Amino acid sequence: MTLALILVPLLGCLAVFMLPSLWSRALALATGALNFGITLAAWFWLDPTGINYALDIPWVSEAGIHFAMSLDGISMLLVLLTNLLAPLIILSSFERRFDSERRYYGLLLMMLMALNGVFMADDGLLFYVFYELALLPIYFICAIWGGEDRIRITLKFFIYTFAGSLCMLLSLLYLYLHTDVEGAHSFLWKDLVAVELAPNAAAWVLMGFFLAFAVKMPLFPFHTWQPDTYVSAPTGGAMLLSGIMLKMGLYGSLRWMIPMAPEALHTWTPVFLALAVTGIVYASIIAVKQRDLKRLIAYSSIAHVGLIAAGILAWNKAGLQGGLLQMLNHGINVVGLFFVVDVIERRLGTRSMGDLGGIAKSAPGFATLFMIILLGAVAVPLTNGFPGEFLLLNSVWNYANWLGAAAGLTIILGAVYMLRAYGLTMFGETNAQTAAFPALQTREWVVLGLISALVLLLGFFPQVILQLTDSGVSRILGAVQL
Amino acid sequence: MLDIIQTVPIDYFVYLSTLLFGIGVLGVLTRRNAIIVLMCVELMLNAVNLLLAAFSTYLGDAQGQIMVFFIMVVAAAEAAVGLGILVMIYRNTKSTDISLLDNLKY
Amino acid sequence: MQSLLPLIPFLPFAGFLINGLFGRRLPKTAVGLIGSGTILGAFLLSLAVFSDVRNGTAMEQTLYTFLHVDSLQVQFAFLADPLSAWMMLIITGVGFLIHVYSIGYMHDDEGFWKFFAYLNLFVFSMLLLVMGDNFLMLFFGWEGVGLCSYLLIGFWYENRAYGHAARKAFIMNRIGDLGLLLGIFLIFNTFGSLQYREVFEGVANYQNNAWIPTVICLLLFVGAIGKSAQIPLYTWLPDAMAGPTPVSALIHAATMVTAGIYLVARCSSLYALAPHALEVIAITGLATAIFAALIGLRQNDIKKVLAYSTVSQLGLMFLALGMGAYSTAIFHVTTHAFFKALLFLGAGSVIHALGGEQDIRNMGGLRKALPVTFWVFVIGTLAISGFPLLSGFFSKDEIFAKTYEHSGALWWALAAISGLITATYMGRLLFVTFFGEFRGTEAQRAHLHESPAVMTIPLIVLAVLSVVGGFLNTPHFLHLGGSEWLSHYLAPALARPATPETHVLDARTEWLLMGITTVLALLVLVLAYAVYVVRRNVPVADSAMQPIARLLANKFYVDEAYDFLFVRPLEKLSKMLHYYADIQAIDGVVNGVGRASQLLGAQFRKLQNGNIEYYLLAMVVGAALLVGSLFI
Repeated sequence: MTLALILVPLLGCLAVFMLPSLWSRALALATGALNFGITLAAWFWLDPTGINYALDIPWVSEAGIHFAMSLDGISMLLVLLTNLLAPLIILSSFERRFDSERRYYGLLLMMLMALNGVFMADDGLLFYVFYELALLPIYFICAIWGGEDRIRITLKFFIYTFAGSLCMLLSLLYLYLHTDVEGAHSFLWKDLVAVELAPNAAAWVLMGFFLAFAVKMPLFPFHTWQPDTYVSAPTGGAMLLSGIMLKMGLYGSLRWMIPMAPEALHTWTPVFLALAVTGIVYASIIAVKQRDLKRLIAYSSIAHVGLIAAGILAWNKAGLQGGLLQMLNHGINVVGLFFVVDVIERRLGTRSMGDLGGIAKSAPGFATLFMIILLGAVAVPLTNGFPGEFLLLNSVWNYANWLGAAAGLTIILGAVYMLRAYGLTMFGETNAQTAAFPALQTREWVVLGLISALVLLLGFFPQVILQLTDSGVSRILGAVQL
Repeated sequence: MLDIIQTVPIDYFVYLSTLLFGIGVLGVLTRRNAIIVLMCVELMLNAVNLLLAAFSTYLGDAQGQIMVFFIMVVAAAEAAVGLGILVMIYRNTKSTDISLLDNLKY
Repeated sequence: MQSLLPLIPFLPFAGFLINGLFGRRLPKTAVGLIGSGTILGAFLLSLAVFSDVRNGTAMEQTLYTFLHVDSLQVQFAFLADPLSAWMMLIITGVGFLIHVYSIGYMHDDEGFWKFFAYLNLFVFSMLLLVMGDNFLMLFFGWEGVGLCSYLLIGFWYENRAYGHAARKAFIMNRIGDLGLLLGIFLIFNTFGSLQYREVFEGVANYQNNAWIPTVICLLLFVGAIGKSAQIPLYTWLPDAMAGPTPVSALIHAATMVTAGIYLVARCSSLYALAPHALEVIAITGLATAIFAALIGLRQNDIKKVLAYSTVSQLGLMFLALGMGAYSTAIFHVTTHAFFKALLFLGAGSVIHALGGEQDIRNMGGLRKALPVTFWVFVIGTLAISGFPLLSGFFSKDEIFAKTYEHSGALWWALAAISGLITATYMGRLLFVTFFGEFRGTEAQRAHLHESPAVMTIPLIVLAVLSVVGGFLNTPHFLHLGGSEWLSHYLAPALARPATPETHVLDARTEWLLMGITTVLALLVLVLAYAVYVVRRNVPVADSAMQPIARLLANKFYVDEAYDFLFVRPLEKLSKMLHYYADIQAIDGVVNGVGRASQLLGAQFRKLQNGNIEYYLLAMVVGAALLVGSLFI
């Protein structure tokens, strides 16, 4: 099962590259759908209390490197997120014509493979390899099909995140060299976790991981690559980045960073949490006066991710559960929001809110779906954003009341900037451009409708997801005593 | 024959070849005419050849002289290629001054 | 009956779904029927529930587990006890009347179906709010009604100002919501549960440790301040009048804004432990009651007057809560729902007749053209002013009496003053609007007409309720039979009043207090009649106002102050953070690292000057150094 999740997109990617451009779309969508089907099957037969579908092929056995993957509840959730969003992202890309469809969809599928690998890897080096492999396709997607100033921005993004991951590699190597499995070293997760570190060394290991993940998420103040990249990336790329890729950082801190160096966490958690909460407020305030819709979403994403990171770093059950739930929901919402922006931009050629207004009159259905997705993003109860945010704020509040109160500002500021964006784009009089805003087409209805349905369903029944991750979270909490 | 050569102390061979090698190095470093630089390179090679031959004789070991033949072959090849390049350079720059050839910078 | 409990909120929800998804294609009659029919169904079911819980029992119905993380377990569950059953009756009852009225009022609007969908969604949310059996369910409804309020205020979204008002309402509500949310966190941390029953059972352990309940109560009250438009978060409510008038009646007068009262009443056993929190509530309530009433004196928009009146009445309700008189507050919620809905709908009828005109300076003499509206408006005005035996008379008097009983004469006097101001501006509103000469345009005069029956019948029903509503809870000393029925009915769901029973005032004092306020209120009404009808005064134009009048007309410049203190600084901060902190400082450092490595490269590359001699020299020097190092 795990292998299939990797191989299917890989084969799909190769096929797309080799076959003519004419077939790329259908092939990519079929691969994405197939992978989603496999994911659903995996979910169906999953035993959330245990480790499932474990795969362990010796890779470089002399050096203790394994091609080891498995799924527990936590990984399953992330894999579900990836494979749920991937078909939607592929489908939403259909609206635009790319000058080389083969390359675009091939890279998308390659990305899908790497992301699945990241979330399932049980081996440190394998994790690292997939982690970096995910960076390559998105680099090309952004650098080839991006907007203005794309080369400079993408290069910055690449170097920044790459430098971060190298720090993680150092940490992994340090841990690896201290493993001792019958006299040999090993990269397996369980062996790396077993390493006992001196407090000083633990701090360095922690830092290495933290830099990698903080840049990827991105956490304040390592976030400055992100708004530019989101703005210049093609919409599909921005969806991949914000919907799935930044979860690599969150997942990484949950699965790799904290379990590896719990010894040092005691000293550093307050600092990390303070950074995360600062980031929430800081990014929310900046988002208030943005003009470009994409940039607004980028800053709001920093705020939301900051909250998830804060909940995870607080390291209690509510925080982890809420964080995982919110990873899924943030992914759904942000993909929806980016698609909304794409719909507007494709029709009117602008993302600047000053040029918009009155779209609710010319396209009421679109305005309604936008509203539903936006409500999810603002975390109104009975939409998907709420339960996660509730748990996350609760856990931060439990950690330190004043931090919780500060993080809570996000529910006010979130409403401020999101409703401002909605008011400026949808409300008001129509102008010459927006008056002729064409109604949604079938494919657009499908994408937005699916996302809206998910927003509401997960809002009413969050327990479905929480159940999936419950025992995985308990296990990891139990294994790592702070 | 061996005796005659051995009447000259080995030190003298070392001094001579060091001197020749030094002249070659200085020539390569200071002269700007490509032909002279090439000749200086030859000089350095031959200084080494001399030393190899001398030690080979003194030690009664033929390996050194075999090495000399190798070096002579390589030197001949090098001179051929080098002079070929030189001709091309001359055709392009109308000069044999190597200090003009700094296009491969930065 | 118990198993039908979830049907009460989900009937309106079904109406919302049907109208929202298919309303565009349905005929207007069908939309209106579905919209009001579902509410009527909910009302009838609520009546059945009411008859079941009348003896003080409660029923619960759990649907499914919403959240279960560690010890935090939240059920999607409903609770009907006397308090929530009473609120359900108000919401569905008044809600149904307003739905019917809306069929007429919104008939020509192209967003007819959307309006009913939103309205049904609102009733659903409001029912969740009062029927939830835990704090999280309450929060669902709490935010849900805020959302509906946003949608309905911004109903005519083409107008940017309306959209702005909608946003303002939502955001100010959210400020309160944060307080409520933090309060909920603290409740969970303290009591280990969010379910009402478990929390209120746990309260007993904090008898001697009052500061935690006090903090909880204050946080919850922050939520109530936002939702119920108290100082300092009241400014959204007058702006909310941008929505269609039935919305103002249902959401911004009768039901949603009373959610804060419900919250405090629901948590009465918590508040009973926190006298300091109650003091804060009382002070806030009284201050709001007077402050908003003063502003109401000089407003010229018919809906704005009523809006400030609502804020002021809500203040009185909080005053009652602060006195520990929870059932009194609920009593006033009830009567207020009747007469304020009546007044708003009456105002809507006026606006409807005048084709959208809202400025009372352009009205006048409408009593002949709109007889039904006029008479119901008179009843509403008398009820809110405290005319004897009308509903407002009893409920207000009870508040004043409890205030006197609990806090003494000064508080009573201040509360009574707010009541007098209420009578003043209501008299002014009534007389300026309906008496004198018509001051509108000729086109408006020709257009004047009484509203259709679908609008006037709900008005008449509400008028009847406004007249008799007071008899739900007649004070015992009047011996009118069924005395204090509502208090007894609500008692099982509320904490015992903070004041011991022995403190009850004697009948003579009560008669005296009641007499003073009533006579004064009537005097004020007569005075208003003299000023506005006999002497034919008309409120002056904005430019001709005296300084104090101008201060009142401009609402004490509170909006401007908020704009200056919060909105602008936030916007400025946003821009400054974006430019100076984000682009210049943080990104500057990141780019600086990149630039530093580039600079370093630029220096190092100079070594690569292309000159063979340098390379050779470097080689020789290097070789010499290597050889030399052997000898060291």
